[in-house]
Amino acid sequence: MIDATEPRQVAQAIRRIVLQQSKRAHVGHIGSALSITDIVATLYTSALNISGPDDPDRDRFVLSKGHAALALYAALHLRGWLTESQLNSYCADGTALAVHPEHTLSGVDFSTGSLGQGLSAGTGAAYAARLHGSRRRVFVLLSDAECDEGSMWEAVMFAAHHRLSNLIAIVDLNGQQALGKTADVLDLSPLAERWRSFGWDAREVDGHDMRQLARTFEALDTVSGPPHVLIANTVFGKGVSYMERQLKWHYWPMSDQEFQRALADIEMPQ
Amino acid sequence: MRATFIRTLADLAARDPRIILLTGDLGYQVIEPFADRFPDRFINVGVAEQNMVGIATGLAEAGFIPFCYSIGTFASLRPYEFIRNGPILHGLRVRIVGVGAGFDYGVNGMTHYALEDIGMMRIQPGMTVVAPADYEQTRESLLATWDLARPIYYRLGKDEQTKVPGLNGGFALGRAQLVRQGEDLILVATGSVASEATAAAESLAAQDISAAVAVVASFNPSPTDDLASLLAQFPLAMSVEAHYVVGGLGSLISEVIADRGLACRLVRCGVQSTPHGIAGSQRFLHELHGISAAKLSDTAVQLLREATAPA
Repeated sequence: MIDATEPRQVAQAIRRIVLQQSKRAHVGHIGSALSITDIVATLYTSALNISGPDDPDRDRFVLSKGHAALALYAALHLRGWLTESQLNSYCADGTALAVHPEHTLSGVDFSTGSLGQGLSAGTGAAYAARLHGSRRRVFVLLSDAECDEGSMWEAVMFAAHHRLSNLIAIVDLNGQQALGKTADVLDLSPLAERWRSFGWDAREVDGHDMRQLARTFEALDTVSGPPHVLIANTVFGKGVSYMERQLKWHYWPMSDQEFQRALADIEMPQ
Repeated sequence: MRATFIRTLADLAARDPRIILLTGDLGYQVIEPFADRFPDRFINVGVAEQNMVGIATGLAEAGFIPFCYSIGTFASLRPYEFIRNGPILHGLRVRIVGVGAGFDYGVNGMTHYALEDIGMMRIQPGMTVVAPADYEQTRESLLATWDLARPIYYRLGKDEQTKVPGLNGGFALGRAQLVRQGEDLILVATGSVASEATAAAESLAAQDISAAVAVVASFNPSPTDDLASLLAQFPLAMSVEAHYVVGGLGSLISEVIADRGLACRLVRCGVQSTPHGIAGSQRFLHELHGISAAKLSDTAVQLLREATAPA
């Protein structure tokens, strides 16, 4: 039994679920899910203020990089909002748990999967909180390559113009995109500087240091000032030695042997 | 229609604090009656239609009813995938308000002609389309639908004066309005060209041809029962729309005829090919594309002559 409030245990459990479910379902996107595991664990153990998935005044979470939904499903399961049998239906015929998440599932605020759309929805959600006079916040987890999308910058400009301090974006800077390294496909650097020049409070963090992540979330002024972005340096495929920084694991499912090795890898002390 | 729409929306907003108006930086001398009255519920997002729909998605998820205003092409085509994955997929009360149906923006040229918007929106089962024929129907259709628990695309013209004879603001979701009785053929129109259809029927009457005219302003739900019972009464129908003949009203009527196995012949009057390189007034373009009263009347005479000519 894991302690659902203890970030390290939750992160470890998410990693295990990501590996087990992608093996069972024989699907990929493993590397992308592993790179956000520590961020998602931090969000669901401390940062997000959610009394229950149906509370209208809950903090919202938009997994704009919808292809990593398995990490979200795992976190929702560990919070008790997704049953074991729902989790075990991942990618099965008739499932509500596709590779990309749908809002019909309790705990998923917005359906995602098409990059460049999540930050706009999150921006609207943050604006709605302001109109409601609510202190609820909106967290949007973006992929780094998602910053290629022009529409994302529309939302970046709008949120800064309206000083949506209750909007917190996190960029999963793992440096990988579908066909190569972001530096080779479409260079994003200097990413934090770009967000800053658009009027955001941008902070560079280690996306696997959960204590630093939690402290950073805690320190944000979400009542006044500009919107926030955490540029989170992450390792694609984090925790599985042969997957780390390897493009192949954007797509490939694991063989039996690879699965056993991956399970052993994540049990090693980091 | 657009000015009537905004005035009516402002009256609704006085009653319902959930209503918000967003614009992609368009609506000069149209949106002021709302913006001035409700500055806190008016958002100019800038020239960013995708973000406008995304923001509306976030607002609607929290219980608001956002109306996203822009020129028809910009409101529907640029953010199409945002509309699909946002309001439609989430079943939210987001309203897309597209102004300048068909050739309303005449001399502005092709980028401003909304010729495929009904088709694009109607193809999505989760999207309702409301395309009023005059300002009275605009007001009544908004009053009938603004709180509908699903997304709506409003397709509006700019004319605030012309009334379609016999329509009297009639509107009901999923219904067609028969505005003129007739015996020889039926013209079925959507949008402001409905007044061209009624004028054509008037001119046909002077030639002893009795043409009925029906107006379709609701798609998804579409008036399939009304259309089926009307079409069953005529050997010949003409669809009339400032829209491509594929995807819009002409396609809907074709579907009804095929689905119900009707014997009615349909001739689709509308835009047949991409009209690039030829701009002009709305009147000129309606004439050019065969949807002016005179051209519709000529087409009807020709079709009836063909139908009665000995083989």
